[in-house]
Amino acid sequence: MDQQGLHDIEYRCIQEEQPACQAACPLHVDVRKVMTLVRVGDLAGARKLLDRTLPLPTVLGRVCDHLCQGPCVRGSIDTSLAMGAVERTIINATGAATKPLAMPGKGKRAAVMGGDVSALTVAWDLGKKGYGVDVYVAGEAVGGHLLGLSELLPAGALAAELEIMGRLNVVFRAGQTLNAALLDRLGGEYDAVYVEMLDANFLSVGREAVDAVTLALLGRDGVFCGGFVTPGQPLSVIALAGEGRKAAVSMDRHMAGVSITASREREGACPTRLFTNTQGVIPLPGVVPADPGAGLTPAEAQAEAARCLECQCLECVKSCTYLAKYKGYPKVYARQIYNNLSIVQGARSYNQMINSCTLCGQCEELCPSGFSMPDLIVAARRDMVSRGKMPLWAHEFVLEDMAFSQSAAFRLVRAAPGEASCSHLFFPGCQLGGDPAASVPAVYAHLRAGLAGGVGLGLACCGAPAWWAGRQELAEAAMAAFRADWEALGQPRVIAACASCQATFARLAPEIPVVSLWRVLLDETGLPQVGVSLPSGPVAGVRLPAGPVAVHDACTGRHDVAGLAAVREILGRIGVAVEELPASGRLASCCGFGGLQANANPELAAATLARRVAESPRDFVATCSMCRDRLAGAGKRTYHLLDLLFPGGSDDPAERPDPGFSYRHEARARLKRQMLETVWHEPQPPETPPALPLVIPDVVRQVMEARHILDTDVARTVARAEATGRKFTDTATGRHLAGFATARVTYWALYELIDGAAHIHAAYSHRMNVSGVDRQEG
Amino acid sequence: MNDTPTYLPESGSWLCAACNQPLVAAPVGVTYLQGGFTITLLTCPACGLSLVPEFLAVGKMFEVEQLLEDK
Repeated sequence: MDQQGLHDIEYRCIQEEQPACQAACPLHVDVRKVMTLVRVGDLAGARKLLDRTLPLPTVLGRVCDHLCQGPCVRGSIDTSLAMGAVERTIINATGAATKPLAMPGKGKRAAVMGGDVSALTVAWDLGKKGYGVDVYVAGEAVGGHLLGLSELLPAGALAAELEIMGRLNVVFRAGQTLNAALLDRLGGEYDAVYVEMLDANFLSVGREAVDAVTLALLGRDGVFCGGFVTPGQPLSVIALAGEGRKAAVSMDRHMAGVSITASREREGACPTRLFTNTQGVIPLPGVVPADPGAGLTPAEAQAEAARCLECQCLECVKSCTYLAKYKGYPKVYARQIYNNLSIVQGARSYNQMINSCTLCGQCEELCPSGFSMPDLIVAARRDMVSRGKMPLWAHEFVLEDMAFSQSAAFRLVRAAPGEASCSHLFFPGCQLGGDPAASVPAVYAHLRAGLAGGVGLGLACCGAPAWWAGRQELAEAAMAAFRADWEALGQPRVIAACASCQATFARLAPEIPVVSLWRVLLDETGLPQVGVSLPSGPVAGVRLPAGPVAVHDACTGRHDVAGLAAVREILGRIGVAVEELPASGRLASCCGFGGLQANANPELAAATLARRVAESPRDFVATCSMCRDRLAGAGKRTYHLLDLLFPGGSDDPAERPDPGFSYRHEARARLKRQMLETVWHEPQPPETPPALPLVIPDVVRQVMEARHILDTDVARTVARAEATGRKFTDTATGRHLAGFATARVTYWALYELIDGAAHIHAAYSHRMNVSGVDRQEG
Repeated sequence: MNDTPTYLPESGSWLCAACNQPLVAAPVGVTYLQGGFTITLLTCPACGLSLVPEFLAVGKMFEVEQLLEDK
C-alpha cells in the first residue's frame, strides 16, 4: 500500500465528510458543533466557534440567510432545524464584538475596491492574517447591502465591527471614484488588489473573466474579482462572504508566493457524501418562539438545537464490536494501519488491531460507499507476512491446527469404494470433521444413496485459516493440493457443508464448481425422514426445538443467497419456525472465529460472541460447526442444522458443549479411521493406548483451551519426563513438574501419578528459549 | 551473588528427580528473537535443569514475547 493507495482507501470512508448544513454553508460554519454546544446551554462556546469562522461575526451572525437550513436531514422527517434563528440568538445573547486574534504584521499590503460584504470579508480575513489593508469605498458609508438590513442589525453593530477592523490594520477610504485608472494605480502600489463587482462593475466583465477556483482576474497578475451579481438570483449575504473568503485565500497565497490553485476543492458550498441513518428518528416539531418579533430565547434555542441529529455515518462501527473497540472508524484505521506498516524500528502498536478483524465483511455490506475492512486488513496482514513482521502470537496455533488437518491423520480425498472417479465430492470441512457428535458418516451415506454418478469424500482443510492469517502462499498450496486430487477424481462438483470452505473455493479456485450441502439436501437428495410432521417430542433420537429458533448464518456465507434460502426452507419443511435475528443473511454478524479474531484477541472475540448471543433469547440454529461450538461455549443453546436432520444420539444436541481443540483433533483422526473401516472396509491398525493415560479435570482443561495447549502437548511432556526421569518433584506434595521444548514452544505440566495415570494439575507454555530446559532433538 | 531478576516458585520444596538434589537459585540464559536476557531460576546444581514457574511463563515471559514479536 503506497500513499496514493492509502488515499484511495481513505476516500471510501465517508465519516469525515461534512454534514449537509456545513457543506451548504459557503464559509463551512461547523453548524453541527454549534448545535451540540447550544443543546447543552453553552452559548459562549457556540459564539467562540462562530467568531473563529465568520468575518464580522456580530453582523453576519445576525443577517446570515442560512443556506445551511435547506439541506438539513431533519427536513425530510419533520422540519429543518432553524439554524439561522439559533445563530441570531447566540449572537444576541453573547455580547459585543471582540477583536479576533491576529497574526503578526507581514509587511505586505492589499487594496480592496468596494465596501459590501465580499469586500469587507476580504479585508477582515487579510487583516487577521497580518496584512495592511486599505479599503476604497465609493460612497461615504461602508457596508453596502448591510446598510439596508437595519431590522436585523441593532444600531451600532456594524460600526463596532468596522472599528475592530481598524485595529486589524484595515483603513477605510470613503468617497472614492472606483474606476480602471484607480485600479491601475493600486495595482502598482499594493501587493494584491480585490475588486468587488457588486454595484459598480467598472471593468465591465462577467464571471468568465476570472478563474472559477481562485477568482484571479485573467491576464492581470495580482488582481482578484468577486461579488458578481447574477441577474434574477436573490442576493445572498453569506454567499457574498464566501466569495470574499475565496478571494482572500488567493490573495494571501499570492502575496506569500505559494500556489494559489492547490487543494481548493472544498471551498464554498460543496456537495457531501455523508450518510446519516434516520431510521428510528422520532419526528419533533420545530420550536416556535413565544415572541416571534424577538426570535428564539436562549431556552428556546436550546430546545431547537436539541432537535439536531448531529449527523454522522458510523454505520459499520455501530454494528461491529471490533470497529467500535479501537474508538475510531475505517478512515482513521486505514491511516493507523499504514503508519504501523511503515515503522522501520520500534514497537508496532497496531499489530493486535490488524490481527483482530474477523474479516466478516459486514462493514462492506452496511457502508453506503462500500468500504471493506477485510480488503484493508488482508492486505496489511500479507504485507506483514511478506516482510517477516507478522508476530507468532497472532496465528501460530491455528496454523498448526491447519497443518494437522492437512496431515495424513485427517486428510482423505477419494472416490466412493471401488470407483476411480466421482461426479460429486462431499467436503465437510475440518470443523465439522472435528465435531465429536458429527453426522459426517450419515450425511455421506445419504448423499451416496440420493445422488447418481458417484459421491466421493474429501476430508481436508480448504486453506481458509491461512488466507485469514495473510499467508497467501500457504492457502494457495492447500488449494493446489486439493485441486490435484480433484482433477484425478474427474473434476467432481464439490458439496460443501461449511460456508467458509465454499467461500474459499470461490476465492482460490473459481474453476471448481461448489454447491452448499443445504441446496443439495433440499433440491436433489431430499431430506432424511426424521422428525417430519412431529415438531416436538423425542423422534428418532432427536428432540426438535419446541419453539421458533433464530438462525445464526455463517458470516462467510452472506453472499450465498441460494444457500441462505435453503436453510430456512429446510427448517420450514421439518416444522421448525424461524425468527430472524436483526443481523442475518447478507448482514450476518460473525461468531468471533472469522479472520482468526479468537486467536489474536480472545477477549474481543468473546465480546463479539456475547453481542451475537444477546440478539435473541431463542435457541440458535447454526450451519457452521465452529459457530455452533463457539455459541455453545458461551452458554447459548445452539443446534447445528445437521443435528436436526441426522440425529447423532444426543437427546438434546443444543446443549452439547464446545468440544475444545483437543477433542476436535481426536475427532478428526477418528473420523478418518471410521470412514476407512466402515465405508472402504480397510482395517485400521488399533489405536495404541497412551503409555501413561492423562486425567485432566475440566477446570484445568478450560485453562489449557485458553492457553492453546493440547492434550497431546501435555502427554508428550509427561511421557518424556517419566521415560527419562528429567523432572522436578515437590517433596511437600509429591507432585511432579516437567518442561519440554518443541520446535517453537516449551510446554510444562504439573502432575501427580495416581494408579498408573498422570493427574494434571496445571499446564502452561512459553516460546522463549530457556537454556536450562530440555529440548526436542532436531 | 547476582542481581538479575529472580523468579522462584511460589510454593513447594523442589528436588531434581533425576539427580535427587535440592534446587538452587542460579543465573540462566533466556533468548527470543533478537532478545537475550539473564534471569535467576531454581536450577539443579548437578545437571543444570531449570524450573520455569507458571506465573513467570504466563506473566512476564508472555508479555516480553509479545513485545519482541511486535518489534
